[in-house]
Amino acid sequence: MIDSLLQSLQDTSIASAIREGDSLFPWIECVHVLALTLVIGSIAIVDLRLLGIRSRDRTVLDTTAEVLPITWTAFVVALASGGLMFASNAVTYAHNAFFQAKMSLLVLAGLNMLGYHLVVGRDASSWQNAATTPFKARVVGGASLALWIAIAACGRWIGFTINAPT
Amino acid sequence: MLPSLDSFCDRLSASALSQAIQSTEWVIPTVQTVHILAVAAVMSSILMFDLRLIGVRSRRESVVAVAARFIPVVWYGLPILLVTGAILIIAEPARALQNPVFILKMTLILLAAGLTLVSQIPLRRDRGFWEASISRRRLARLVGCLSLPIWVAIVFAGRWIAYMRSH
Repeated sequence: MIDSLLQSLQDTSIASAIREGDSLFPWIECVHVLALTLVIGSIAIVDLRLLGIRSRDRTVLDTTAEVLPITWTAFVVALASGGLMFASNAVTYAHNAFFQAKMSLLVLAGLNMLGYHLVVGRDASSWQNAATTPFKARVVGGASLALWIAIAACGRWIGFTINAPT
Repeated sequence: MLPSLDSFCDRLSASALSQAIQSTEWVIPTVQTVHILAVAAVMSSILMFDLRLIGVRSRRESVVAVAARFIPVVWYGLPILLVTGAILIIAEPARALQNPVFILKMTLILLAAGLTLVSQIPLRRDRGFWEASISRRRLARLVGCLSLPIWVAIVFAGRWIAYMRSH
C-alpha cells in the first residue's frame, strides 16, 4: 500500500526527470548540503548558548532572535530539496535504515525544540542573561546538538548505502 | 592528465595508510560527516558576519563585535577541514587531485579566505574601520557581497567533486 504510493511518487514526471537527468540530482544535492550546513550551524549557535559555552555575554533571546530566522529559512530549503531527492527514488529511500533513522531523529529534534518553547524556555526571561544557564536549558541544548550531529551522519550514510556517487 | 600526478596518485593510493582507510568501511563516511559539520560551523559563521558586513542583519551591533563572535569559528574550522579533507584525499587520491572541480574548490577557498582576511585585518588597528564613512560602508558591503557567493560555490564544488571524478 505505502510502497505503491511511493512508487507513484517516483513515477511522477518531476521525480523521473531528477532520477534520469545527469545533473539535476547533483544540483539539488548541492542546495540540500548548503541548506543543511546553515540549519546545523545556526542551530549550534543557539545550542552552544543554551549550554553556556559560547555567546556567554549575550542573552539567550538575542541569540535566538539573531539566528533562528536563518535556521527556519534554511530548513524549508533543506526540506524541499530533500523531498525532491527522496521523490526521485522514493521506494529505495523509504526502505533504507539510515533514511528511517534520520527521519526519526528529525522528529526527536522537533520535539526537543517544542519542549524548549513550551516548557524549558517559558521562564527564559528569568535566566537568559546569565552566562551559566540552568540545567534544563543545558539538557535541551546538548540534546539538540547531539541530535543534529546524528542527523548529519545519517544523511551521509544514506549516500553510502544507496547506490550513488559519494 | 600529467603522468607524474598519475603515478603519485597510484603510489599514494597503494600506501599502507590509504589501504587501511580504504579497507575500513566506516572511515570515509565518518570523516565526511566531520568535514560537513565543520563546513556547517564555518558557513554559518561566515553568513552571520557577511550579513552584518552587508548591513542587512545584526545592525544594532558593531561590525567588530559580530566579527569577534563569529570569525574565530572560521579560523578554528579551517584546520579541521584541512585535516579531514587530507584524509579523504589520502583515501582516494585520484578522486580529488585529478579532478578539475577539486582544483576549482581549492582556488575558491584561497579567494574566500583572502577576502575574510581583508575584512579582518583593518579591524585590528581601527575597530570602527568599516563604519567610519559612507564609502567604507559601501566597501564593506562589496566585500560581503563578494564573499558570500564564493563560499556558496565552495560548498557546491565540494559536492560536485563526487560527480566529476575522471578515475
